[in-house]
Amino acid sequence: MPADVQGDRLSSSIATELNTRGWDWYVDRVVSIGVFAGGVSAIIFIIGIFVFVTREGLDFALGSLDLKEFFTSINWRPTSERNPTYGILALMTGTASVTGLAMLVSVPFSLGAAIYIAEFASGRTRESLKVLVELLAAIPSVVWGFIGMSIMNPLIIEMFDVPVGLSVLNAGVILGLMAAPIMTTIAEDALKAVPDSYREAAEAMGATRWQVIFRVVLPAAKNGLMAAILLGVGRGFGETMAVLMASGHAINIPTSPFDSVRAITATIAAELGDTARGSDHYGVLFTLGIFLFVITFIINLIADVVVKGVGRQK
Amino acid sequence: MVDNAPKLSVRNLSVRYGDKQALNGISLDVFPNEIFGIIGPANSGKTSFLRALNRMEEFDPNMTVEGDILFEGQDITAIRNVYALRRKVGVVFPLPVGLPMSIYENVAFAPKLGGIKKKAELDEIVERCLIRAALWDEVKDRLNALGSLLSGGQQQRLTIARALSQNPELLLLDEFSIAVDPVTTMRIEDVLKELKEEITIVLVTNLVQQARRLADRTAFFLESELVETAETEELFSGVVKDQRTRDYVEGRFG
Ligand SMILES: Nc1ncnc2c1ncn2[C@@H]1O[C@H](COP(=O)(O)OP(=O)(O)O)[C@@H](O)[C@H]1O
Ligand SMILES: [Mg+2]
Repeated sequence: MPADVQGDRLSSSIATELNTRGWDWYVDRVVSIGVFAGGVSAIIFIIGIFVFVTREGLDFALGSLDLKEFFTSINWRPTSERNPTYGILALMTGTASVTGLAMLVSVPFSLGAAIYIAEFASGRTRESLKVLVELLAAIPSVVWGFIGMSIMNPLIIEMFDVPVGLSVLNAGVILGLMAAPIMTTIAEDALKAVPDSYREAAEAMGATRWQVIFRVVLPAAKNGLMAAILLGVGRGFGETMAVLMASGHAINIPTSPFDSVRAITATIAAELGDTARGSDHYGVLFTLGIFLFVITFIINLIADVVVKGVGRQK
Repeated sequence: MVDNAPKLSVRNLSVRYGDKQALNGISLDVFPNEIFGIIGPANSGKTSFLRALNRMEEFDPNMTVEGDILFEGQDITAIRNVYALRRKVGVVFPLPVGLPMSIYENVAFAPKLGGIKKKAELDEIVERCLIRAALWDEVKDRLNALGSLLSGGQQQRLTIARALSQNPELLLLDEFSIAVDPVTTMRIEDVLKELKEEITIVLVTNLVQQARRLADRTAFFLESELVETAETEELFSGVVKDQRTRDYVEGRFG
C-alpha cells in the first residue's frame, strides 16, 4: 500500500509539471505572433498594390481598350486629339531588346566575378571585392542614367560614328552594369553554398581547379545561378529611370543596337504625371502596369520554381 | 614483403596549421601490397598525415608541410604535376562524399578527367569498380540515380569505387567506417583484403580492432608524434616497446 501512495504522489507531481506553461512558452508565442504579423503585412501590401493597379487599369483594359491593337500595333499615340492609338509592340520590343542586351553584358560579367570571388580570391582581396560589389549595387539608378547620358552617349557617338548615342546599346550596357552587382552577390552565395567537401573530393581525384569548377561546382550550383540570372532579368525589366535616360526614349522597333527605343516602364514614368485620373490615357498606363506586374510575377515564379528544384535534389 | 623497395617513404615529416603543430618529425616506410594501419586518438595527426601524402596542403593556405615524402622513390614535394600524383593516389574520406551527380557519373568522373571518352570503355570501368567495391548488385539497375540518394554505407562503397576508378597505386582510407553500419564495414574490409593483392593501402582507423583485422603493420600516432611502428601481431601480443602503445591497444588510455 505505501508504495502505491508514493507512486500516486510522484505521478501527480509529474502531471503538474507537464501541465504548467513556463515563461519561455509565452515568449515563444509572442515571437511567433510577431513574425506572423510581419509576414502577413508584407502579403497584404503586395495584394493591396495589385488590387490598386488592377482597379485603375482593369476597367479600361477590359472595356474600351482594343487588346489586339494593344499587343500588335507599333503606334503609341495616347495624346492624339482625334485618333489616339494604344499599341505597345514598339514598347515591348524596346524593353525586350534593352533587357536582352543587358543580360548579354551582365551574365558573363557577374558569373565571372562570382566565380573569381567564390573560388579564387581569398582573405582581404575577397572581403574588399565583396564590399565593392555591394557598393556598386547601391548606386541609385538615376546615377547610372546620368552615366549613360553624359559618358556613354558621347563615347558611343565617337567610337561608332553614329548620330545619337542614346540607344539600345547604351541602355543595355548601363542596365547590364547595373544588374551585375546583385547578380554577382546571389551567384556568389550559390557557389559558396556548394560544400567544400565536393571540391576536396574532386581535387583529391586529380581534377584541376577549372575542372572542379566546371564539372562539379557550377553543376551543383546551377539552380542558384539560374535564380541569379532570372533576378537580373526581372531587374532589367522593371528598371525605369536609367532606361528612360539612356535609351533615347523614341518609339521605334529597333533594327540595330544604335537605334533609340522606348521602354514600357519609362513610358509610364514619363507620361503618368500628365494624364487626368480616369481618362483613357490614364487607364492604358495602368494596363501597362498590370502587364509589367504579370511579367515580373511570371519571372519570379520561374525563379522560385527553379530554386525549389535545389531543395528537391537533396 | 619487406625485401621490396618501399612504395612510400616518409622522412621527418612535419605538418603545421598556422602555429599549431599537427605532426612532428614522422618517419616511416610503407611497402607494396601491404595494408599499413595507423591508429591513434582523435587529433593525433592521422588525417594530416594522409593529407600530406596527397599534397592536399594546396587547398589550405594555412597548412605547411616539411620533410620528405618519397612515392616510388620520387619526392612528391618536388614533382611538377600534382594532378598526376593525385590520380595515382585514391582517397576515401571519413564521411562519404558523393559528388552531386549520378552513381555512374561519380565513378566515371576520374576516368573522364583522365581523357577517356568512349562510352563502352567508361561502362566497363564503372562496372568493374562497382563490382570491386561490392556495390554493383545493389545499384546496377539505377546507375543514373543520384549518388546522394544511396544509404550511408552504400555511399561509402561508392566513394571506394570512385577511388578505384583512378587505378590508384596507393589507396588512402581515413576512418572509412565512421558512418557505416557493421555489416557494410565487414564487406568493405573484405574488399580491402582483396585489393591488397593489387595495390598498397594506408588505413587510418579509429577502431583498434579494425587495424588488428586488416593491417600487416601498424603505426601508433599520439599527440603529433609517431610513437612506434610494428608488425600488427606484435602490437597486439604486447611485445611492443612502448608502454603507451600497449595501453592504447588494450583500451587503458587516458
Ligand atoms: N584545417 C585545419 N586547420 C587548423 N588546424 C587543423 C586543421 N586540420 C586539423 N587541425 C589540427 O591538427 C591536429 C591534428 O588533426 P588531424 O590530423 O585531423 O588528427 P586526427 O585525424 O588524428 O584526428 C588537431 O589538433 C587539429 O585540431
Ligand atoms: Mg581525422
